[in-house]
Formats: sequence, C-alpha cells, structure tokens
Amino acid sequence: MSQKLPATDIVIIGLGWTGSILAEALTRTGLNVVALERGPWRDTSTDFPTTYAQDELRYHIRHDLFLRPAQETMTFRNNANQTALPIRTWGSFMPPNGVGGGGVHWNAETWRFLPSDFQLRSHLVQRYGEKFLPEDMTIQDWGVTYEEMEPYYDKFEYLCGTSGKAGNIGGKKQAGGNPFEGPRARDYPTPPQRQPYAPTLFAAAARELGYSPFPQPSGNLSQAYTNPLGVALGPCTYCGFCEWFGCGNYSKASPQTTLLPVLVRRPNFEARTLCEVTRINLDGSGKRATGVTYVDAQGNVWEQPAELVVLCAFQLFNVHLLLLSGIGKPYDPHSGEGVIGRNYSYQVTSSVDAFFDNKNFNPFVASGAIGMCIDEFNGDNFDHGPHGFVGGGYMGAVQTNGRPILGTRVPKGTPDWGAAWKKVVAENYLSSYEAATHGSCYSYRDAYLDLDPTYTDPLGRKLLRINFDFHQNEMKMSAFLTDRLAEIIQKMGPRSIEKNPRKGPYTITKYQTTHTCGGAIMGTDPKTSALNRYLQSWDVPNLFVTGATIFPQNAGYNPTGTVGAFAYWAADAIVNQYLKHPGPLVPS
Amino acid sequence: MSGLSRRELLAGTASIALGAAFARSAAARIVSGASPWEPHAGVPPTPVMPGPWQFFNGEEATTIEALVDRLIPPDPKTPGGKDAGCAVYIDRQLAGSYGSSRGLYMRPPFMDGTPEQGSQSPLTPAMRYRRSLAALNKYCRGAYAGKSFAELPDEQKDKVLTGMEKGPIQLEGANAKGFFEMLLSNTREGFFADPVYGGNRDMVGWKMIGFPGARYDYRDWIEKHNQPYPLPPVAIGGRSAGKPS
Repeated sequence: MSQKLPATDIVIIGLGWTGSILAEALTRTGLNVVALERGPWRDTSTDFPTTYAQDELRYHIRHDLFLRPAQETMTFRNNANQTALPIRTWGSFMPPNGVGGGGVHWNAETWRFLPSDFQLRSHLVQRYGEKFLPEDMTIQDWGVTYEEMEPYYDKFEYLCGTSGKAGNIGGKKQAGGNPFEGPRARDYPTPPQRQPYAPTLFAAAARELGYSPFPQPSGNLSQAYTNPLGVALGPCTYCGFCEWFGCGNYSKASPQTTLLPVLVRRPNFEARTLCEVTRINLDGSGKRATGVTYVDAQGNVWEQPAELVVLCAFQLFNVHLLLLSGIGKPYDPHSGEGVIGRNYSYQVTSSVDAFFDNKNFNPFVASGAIGMCIDEFNGDNFDHGPHGFVGGGYMGAVQTNGRPILGTRVPKGTPDWGAAWKKVVAENYLSSYEAATHGSCYSYRDAYLDLDPTYTDPLGRKLLRINFDFHQNEMKMSAFLTDRLAEIIQKMGPRSIEKNPRKGPYTITKYQTTHTCGGAIMGTDPKTSALNRYLQSWDVPNLFVTGATIFPQNAGYNPTGTVGAFAYWAADAIVNQYLKHPGPLVPS
Repeated sequence: MSGLSRRELLAGTASIALGAAFARSAAARIVSGASPWEPHAGVPPTPVMPGPWQFFNGEEATTIEALVDRLIPPDPKTPGGKDAGCAVYIDRQLAGSYGSSRGLYMRPPFMDGTPEQGSQSPLTPAMRYRRSLAALNKYCRGAYAGKSFAELPDEQKDKVLTGMEKGPIQLEGANAKGFFEMLLSNTREGFFADPVYGGNRDMVGWKMIGFPGARYDYRDWIEKHNQPYPLPPVAIGGRSAGKPS
C-alpha cells in the first residue's frame, strides 16, 4: 500500500544526462522539481578516485557501475519463432544506474547527426525512390530539422566543453574539421585533444587516399574549461579508463562535472536516490498523469503527485515504464499499428585489426574519444545508388584504451592458450591496433519492444522483451564500411590485417555499444509516433520523454550529442510553451 | 495512509541514512541543498591476502594450479599462471560475489536457448567449478590409469585441455567446453587484473606486455610517437602489490 506525499510541480524520472539537463532548466522557473533515481548518489571524489578508479576487473569485467540484472533485465529473441529468454548477465549493452547515468561511464564521443538524418525517409525517397528502400524498413522523419536543432547542439557542447574542430561555421567550410557536418554557429568550446601515434598515421593514410580526416569531437577535454553555469572541468590526462569507468579527474563531461554542483544548491530541487519508479499514474480519463508511484530501497511504496512528469530514464526503461503504465497504444508487429515499442534500433559497429612490425602505439595512452576519423561514408554523404543499401557511418583510429584483460589481441590462427598464445600476445600488445566503423541502424517492422509473457522482476513486473536482429541492408553497409576502412589501414603499412564486418545473427552476449534506440519515438503523426516534435506524449500531454528512446532510427554516430541536444530542445518547449499554456503543443 | 508530510519522510530516511554511513547504497536518501559528500563514502577494493584456500578443497586447488599453469605456462622471462597467482585469484573470486552470481538475473524458468541469447544455466560459477573439476579428475583417472589431471605429464595435460576446448572430451554432469571457456577467461583475468585481486603477482602480466598499470597521467607521452613508455607499472596497491612480504 502506498503512502501519498505532498504534491510537487514536476517529477523527473531518472537523474542521468537528460534528467539533470531538464532539472537544471526547469528549476530556473522557480517551480519545485523532484528527481527520482533508482541507483545511488555518485560523485567524483567519493566514487571514482584516481587511487582506485583504474580497475579493469571491477568496472569492465564485473560491471560495478551498471544496473544489476537481478534488479531489472530484459528478455531477448532474434525473431518471433524463438522464445525470448532473460539476459542474465549484461553483454551487448550496459544499462546505466545511479546519478549521472550513462554520463558517468561513457567514452564521451560527442557527435551531431547530419542534416539529412533528420529527414531520413523523405530525403532517401527523393534521391533514390521509394523502391530503393527495403519493403519492411520503417524509417521516418523526425519532425524537426537540423537548423532547428543547431542551437541545442551548441548548448550541450558548451555545457560539456567539447573538444573539437569545426568543419562548417555558418556554411563556410573550415580546414581540418569535418567537411560533411551541418553548419554550426561557432567553433567547439575547446580545441581538439592531442593525438597519439596510430591516429596520426591513420590521418596521413586517409589524406593520401583523398579523404578529409578530422579529430573526433571529445567530451574528455583538451584543456581546462568553465561552462556557462560556472562549473569547471580539468584537462584530460589520457589515462585510458573512460568507457565503463567514472573519471576521477573531472575531465570527462558528465552530469557530475557540468550540472549537478549547481543543481543541488537550488532550493527548489530535490533528488531522491535508491527510489525506483514503478508506474506513472493517470487520472480516470487516462489522458493526464497525476504523478508517479515509487518504491524506495527499504521497500516503502510512495505516491508522488505532480503537475508534470518528465521521463528521463535509460532508453529501454523509458519504454518499459510506458508499457507498464498503460500509456500509449502498444505496438503490434503484425498489424504495424501502435506506437509504444515501435522502431527499436541499435548501432552497427565493425572493426579492422592490424598487426605491425617495429611500431609502438602505446595503446594505454588513450582517451575514450581521441582519434582521427573520416565521414565520407556516413549517412547520405555518398551515392548509395551503386551499392544497394542505405545508411553509413564514420570510421577511424579511435584510441580508447589499452587495458590488458580485454584489450590484447593476437592474429587469427594463434592458439587461445599455452606457450604460443603467451608469446604472441606479448609481441603484439604495443604494435597492434583496432580501428573501427560506427554505422547506422535503421528501423524495421519486426524490430520492436514489448512485455515478456513469462519472466518478471523482483517487484513482480513483466520484463521488457527485445525483438531484434540485424537486417541485410545493415550487414551490406557494414561490409562496405569495413572494406573502406581496411583500405586506409592497409596504407599505414601493417604486416597483416583482419576485417571484422558486422554479421548476423545479433547476439546479446558480446559488447557492441550501449546505443539502444527507439521504442517511443518522436514524429508528426500520432499513428506512427508516441511523441510529438517537442517530445510530448500524444496521449498524455503532461508527460514528456527524453533520451535515445525518441530516435525513429539511429544514425552513424554515437547518440549522446543528439540526446543532449533534444533534452535542451524539450526543456525549451516546456519552459517557453507548455508552462505558459499547459496542453498539447501540437494538435493531434 | 495518505498525506504523510515531507518532514516525516525526511526524518525517516535521514535516520536510516545515518545508520548506514559505511554501508553505502543501502538506504534511499534525499539530496537537497548540497552534494552529500562524506569521508570514506566510496568502496575501495578489498585486497586479497595470502593464506589458505577459501573456496577450493585440496584436490581442487592442486588441479586448478595445474590447469592455469598449462593455459599460461611459465617461460624464462615470465612466470606461468600458477606463480602469477591465477589459482589464488580464481579461488577468491569464487568465494566472493562472482562465485555466487550475486546481482545476476537468476529467476526461473531456466530454458535452453540459442547461443545469441547467452547462458541460461541455473548454476553459479562456484557450482560449475566444483562439478567440473571433479568430473575432469574422474575423466583423467579413467583415461590415464588412475592419474588425476595434476599428475599427468604436460603433453597429456595439453591433450586433455584441447579435448575440452575442441572436443571430443565430455565431462560427466558438466559442460566440458563451457567450463574450458570460463576457466580460460578467469585465468586471463587473474594474469592481467590488478594484483589487488590476488593474481598478476608483482605485475608480471603487465610487465610481459608493457602495460604501465593503474597510472592516470600520460600527458607528457601523448605526442611522443613510437617511443617506449619509460616508467615501470604501478598497481592500485602501489609498486610492490601482490608480493607476499
């Protein structure tokens, strides 16, 4: 039985990147904001001190910072002929937990999507014709343009202090930046990080082949920076413990290093940690959220009434909570109707391993987002006509880490153990390199999320079920991207290379990325989207949803830059439109 | 019971939070006004100390030492898995939360699925080691005139390991290939993880490949391309961690 708390103005579910951004923007209005976070409070000096944060076993192998599957997991199947089974230990992606969310343990690769990515369906149909797209592909336009999003990308990058080099300022191309990016109003807040050996060789090889390499935009900062909120970050020390780890050095942009120090001091803000929201409550009409119900770590059940609910949990959990709360029509893959769970997508990554003689790359001198990349084969930057697929990705030499348990590599054909393995692993650690492609993943009729009929969590709630596999279009794309990458790597003069294009079936067991997307997407039509262009629920207008949950499909970039931009976009719509005239911001 | 005041909620959680100062993450808390910094709030790793086996019995310990020393054999430059502490590492891991699958989703029903769906075993790593090591020695005694795995010459040990890895060896009541894969992963962890966990003694795994360990500032080396890093490795516990004193 729940105990009812005094009402507040706004409840935010989940205090990660988007929850912190929304809370910062909404507390400025003077309204009271309560953020409910099911994980613990985390801060730099207490939780990731440099005296023990560099621990590959604890954080990477044993998943210390992530949600525990015992608390909540999902079931998974490749297709409807299989029975979905629970993900008993994390593999393919790492669901975040705790204050800061994925912002604590990301690599901090901070990209913008291409202008054409936001009009994806209409752009591709116009250029190649409707028939060029696979029949079961369900890609959509987002309902916004890049030009509309530009100020919000800018806002997120200046919050983070992102280190990079502009390629296009106000339509004018800038030497050394990404020539394919959409026009930006101004350069990055800080210059690019310095580059180690392998990315430098990669850039030279790419230039020789006629490409335009540029430094990857990085949320691990090249120099000290104070953001517009007055919060200061320090320069990155290239320790190589970024993704999976908290940064002990205040150099990686995260809610802790950019927002929370200001937010917690606001008298109208309150965070409640180890408090898990189990339901968004609706009134009798089903068209208005009355607040949320949550369970705290001691097992007490509370009802928190609120005028406005903002759902800011991780992508999968947003969809789960909508389904459990009965908000929006669940998607049905047979009829193609319904919106909650629709258009689940992911990311299609691949790699090329290269083995060199007489080179020392010092792979441990690293940052999650240093590296040199090219964008010639991303989105629709090249003519897909001859290739028979759509989509693309960036590729490059991105030196994220040299951690030894999972970061050593040996040429194919080497035994996995014994004297031969030991000799070869020692010989190749410093002189081998893994370059990567980061490809788009478009959406399909049979890739969706729903509730599992069998498995439940400790609270008795049905688990979320993931129905997903890679499609031919994406595998063709990955083979193409991997071949192009291999040509560049070959120019770097290796002894041997190995291509690892992404192939099906999709497996839940091997880490690829944590870029799960979609399931409650934004759009222009309530029949094919859960949210309007302001991320407001079509069904429940005092509910907004953020995160990669809103992506109609995923582009060939890491999503966080876009997730951050859309958090600011939604905050702006709430403050400047919704709060003045509460109700639907777009007629349905 | 509705209409509980905010003050009552605060009072309730504050008292619990106080009592739980050293068991962080135990109780829900309210954060307002300032970051809740408190000394020793984080949880540093607990160093593995030398001493008796905590999980393995005598024969299991002898067997695991023999196994890790074939998976990573000694050579003139670098010790093998046994002297690097891989068996001690695995013992402590199995005695701890890894061994009992703590935090993992272990609710039934347990059904066999596809390889893409991941392990669906109801058995914890501790149970799998216990069963597999017993079955392995039973197999060896049957196939090699009563000798346990540890008593076999190296050549025969490697033959058994290859038979588990690639077939045809089947273990009674255990999955030979699955056990081999788990053992190999755990052995590599023990060879390359921070010495604080009982393996990688004297940082031998890191020295072998040239990894400088738990350092966190390479600003002076980022642009020194193709030049060997000059400093020796350090561990969480310092330079001599893992060396029994």
